[in-house]
Order: sequence, then structure tokens, then C-alpha cells
Amino acid sequence: MTNALEIEGLTKTYGDGFQALKGIDLHVAEGDFFALLGPNGAGKSTTLGIVCSLVNKTAGKVRVFGYDTDTHLSDAKLNLGVVPQEFNFNQFEKVFDIVTTQAGYYGIPLKQASASAEKYLKKLGLWDKRNTPARMLSGGMKRRLMIARALVHEPKLLILDEPTAGVDIELRRSMWTFLEEMNRQGTTIILTTHYLEEAEALCRNIAIIDHGKILKHTSKKALLQQLSLETFVLDTEKTLDSAPELNGFPTRLDAEGALEVEVEKGQGLNQVFVELERLGIKVVSMRTKANRLEELFIRMVEENAESSKAAEGAA
Amino acid sequence: MTPHALFTAFSTIVVREIRRFTRIWAQTLLPPAVTMTLYFIIFGNLIGSRIGEMGGFDYMSFIVPGLIMMAVITSSYANVVSSFFSMKFQRSIEELLVSPVPNWVILAGYVCGGMARGLGIGLIVTLLSLAFTRLSIHNLPMMILTVFLTSALFALGGFINAMLATKFDDISIVPTFVLTPLTYLGGVFYSIDLLPGFWQGVSMANPILYMVNGFRYGILGVSDVNPFVSLGMILVFISVLAFIALRMLERGKGIRH
Repeated sequence: MTNALEIEGLTKTYGDGFQALKGIDLHVAEGDFFALLGPNGAGKSTTLGIVCSLVNKTAGKVRVFGYDTDTHLSDAKLNLGVVPQEFNFNQFEKVFDIVTTQAGYYGIPLKQASASAEKYLKKLGLWDKRNTPARMLSGGMKRRLMIARALVHEPKLLILDEPTAGVDIELRRSMWTFLEEMNRQGTTIILTTHYLEEAEALCRNIAIIDHGKILKHTSKKALLQQLSLETFVLDTEKTLDSAPELNGFPTRLDAEGALEVEVEKGQGLNQVFVELERLGIKVVSMRTKANRLEELFIRMVEENAESSKAAEGAA
Repeated sequence: MTPHALFTAFSTIVVREIRRFTRIWAQTLLPPAVTMTLYFIIFGNLIGSRIGEMGGFDYMSFIVPGLIMMAVITSSYANVVSSFFSMKFQRSIEELLVSPVPNWVILAGYVCGGMARGLGIGLIVTLLSLAFTRLSIHNLPMMILTVFLTSALFALGGFINAMLATKFDDISIVPTFVLTPLTYLGGVFYSIDLLPGFWQGVSMANPILYMVNGFRYGILGVSDVNPFVSLGMILVFISVLAFIALRMLERGKGIRH
């Protein structure tokens, strides 16, 4: 099967000398739902910007469905739909015009473009707003407009850079449902997000990027199996003065006085409650401190920062 | 992209540009009509009646071709520079950059959009001038060719200005400090025969002089310069500016990081 996206040895050095990408390799299979994760400034947007021709690369290769962007840029672009992080449409144009104009740029005649615009504006709940100037839309509607615009030429690969940033929970969930449906219908999706629960809920494969390097590039399942330790937060009936000593489980109190217990993979959670029972501590509720992917992500990024510091020190 | 798809992309850009300047007609179409009417009344009628003939024609007839050309030049330039820079500023230029439209189609679309406004204004000013004087056409092909090519040339100039501009101030510098002085000194209001020899020589270095006189030749049949030299110069300038604009687009000057 052809990969939807192949990146080889991609580097980017900006004019001020900042090296945003240090030779990354990445591949996304056709039909995949893929997340590119990383902290701010890690190189996510630069990577996607190069794929979408918004950023000039310094070196390396990018292929979209086998089309090399150096030699077959037009074919590569025909297969790509892009939803950027920032609103980037003319705020004074009407919703319908923005979407049909974008179709026109792909060479789609107006009649066909209008039908496609209607289909996606209806799917994304914007049809009633079709004659409204874009500046009059709410933030969530503007995000959906950018998704409709990106899909109007029916791309095989959809790239979304922080698609749900600043969107309320209800709308975020409905966008997830929409994206999952698009993916089921065969569209390959790549997204970057700060909401790691979003990546955990939607994606099958994940790459973690930091300081311009890919730290991990694997399936979500394999990644989560690496998680050796989880932190649980327990709300106790009575406020604790200090963290109790539980046999085999490190503990601490958080800022609100809730009890945090670290549980290693393979340790039974029942044993935590046996220990608490022994000390006469009653638990009224329990939750994980961060979602599993977030815990792993934070650990990887911290380890990378430490090793980078150590390398700098050695130099 | 197939030729049909390329034409669709091109016409999409042109239609978008026309939609833009007609949507804000009070800013784009009305001001030059008002300004030129004032020129006709003050320079043509009130002052012109005391000046007498110039180049064998009454003063109003003499300045009409120059004023039409001035409106065409200013509007063609202004349309592209403000539209393209606004797209850069709002980042809606990214809509075009992610699409498969080739650079030459983007350039052609913007230039034709600028020409649509420039020539539209030219037509409005021409119709207004008929209220003040009678226009006879000496050489229609020369008149049409000169005004179309001049409009294309200044639309290209506006495009390059917009590519280089990083803030709104940058898009008014060239029109204010280059375009306006060159137009006023380009023989719109006088024949360079009135100038002393040295200043006649200096005026010959002004490219707008050739365009105004080429157009004036098309309408009145008189010109300070050979009209075919005018056409040749416009074509050379168009080739040079188109080459520069395409190179800038290829490199993504000011639009790609």
C-alpha cells in the first residue's frame, strides 16, 4: 500500500539560524489516523508547513501519495487538504464564497464546487450561515469553516494543525465524530494537538517530536504499553495532614490536599486499597492524574530536555 | 492541472478580485471619478480656458487622455498592491499557496484583476470627460493597446510592491513618492515642448511620459514621442517586471518562511 505521507531527512533552518527540524523521517500509511505531538516550538507546525508548501524546506524529501513535492508538487497538492492553526481566510468574504473560491483554486468548476460546498457546509452545521461574512462567525464556526474549505476538493489526506484549539467540549466531541467518520470513509488524517486525550481517543499511530527530532514513531498501542507507571489521585473522606506511607506505593499530597499514589505496571490497584484500609483512610473518589498518553508524553519530553542539557554540558 | 482546470483557477482569482473591488466600490470606484471630475472642472474648464491651445488642441482636449491614463495607472497599481498585501496580512494568501495553482496563473489572475479595475475606472473617467469635451479617436488599436499594456504594467508593479511590503506603510510609499510625481511630470498637464532643453531630456527618462503620449496619440494623433517607441518600452518593462514577480513567487519572497 502507498504511504499517504513520506518524509525523509527533512531539515529546516530559518533565516535567523534557528534549526527547527534536524533531519526527521516520518511515514503515515494510507487510511491512518495519525497524531504528531510535541510541546510548543517542537517543530510540528514547521513539518506540516513544509508538507503543505507554506514553509520552504532546507533539505530532505516529502512525498504525498508517492508524489515528490520537488518534482510533482501540483499532484501532491491535489491530494492534500489543510486546516491551519490560525484563521487564514478573508474575514470580509461570505462563508459560501470562501469555500467555493478554494474549490476554484483546485480547478473545480463553479457548479461542482457549489455542490461540494453545500455538502460540507451542511455536514459541519454551517449551511444556515452560508451568506454570512466570515468575521461574524463564532470561533468554533470559523474552525468548522476551515475544515469545510479543506475538504471541498475531496482530498485523500487531511492535515489538521490544532483543529480543536479554543473550541468548547461539546463542539470538540462533534468534530471528533466528524473526523472519525471521514477517516472511516477512507480519508487519511494527520493532526497535531495539545489535547492528548484527543490523540488517545482518535489516533492509531503517533509520533512525538521535540527540538526538531522525532522521539517516538509508533502505534498508540505500543506507546501506551511503554507506560510503566501511572499516578492516581484519591480524594479522602478526612483531610490528611501528611502523605501516609503505603507499603510499595510512593505517595504525596497535592496542592489541594488530595492524595497522589504512584502505581507501577503490574502492581495491583487492590493492594493500594488494602493499605489504605489498614491505615483507616476512607476514599470517596479516585481519578488518574493525567491521561495515559499525557503521562508518557510529559516523561519523554522531560527526558529529552535532560539529555539535551547533558549533551550541551558535555560539549 | 489540465488547461481547463488552470482556466478555472485563473478565472476564480479574477472573479474574486472583481468581487472585492466592486464590494467596496465607495473606496475603489467613486474616489477617482470624483477626483477626475474636479480636474476636468478646475484645470480643464476654469484654468484651461485661460491657457488656450496646447499641441494644437484646446487645453481640455489635451489633458483628457493624460487624466484617463493617470486614473488607469493609479487604479491598476492600487488594486493589486492593496488586495495582495491584505491577503498576506490576513494570511488568506495561504489558500492559494496550498492549492495546485501554478505561480504564473496566480500572477496572471492578480494582474487581470488589477486591469479590470484600472480599465473600468478608465471607462468611467472617459464617460465623465464626454460631459466636458468631445473625444475623437485618431488610432483605435494604438489607443487600446497602450491603455491595456500600461494597465498590465502597473498591476505588475503593484504586485511586486505587495510582495516586498511588510507593513501597510510600505504599500503607500511607492504610489506617493514615485508614482504620483512621475505621473504629474509625465506630460499629463503639459507638452514637454514647453520645457527648456535640459528638462526635456530629463523628462524623456520618465517612463510614464511614453505611456501618456502613446495614449494621447491614439486619441488626438499628437505625441511628444514616437508612439511605437512607447509601445516597445511598455513591453520591455512588462517583461522585466513579470520576470521579477515570478522569481519572487517561486522563492516565496515575503509569503513563505
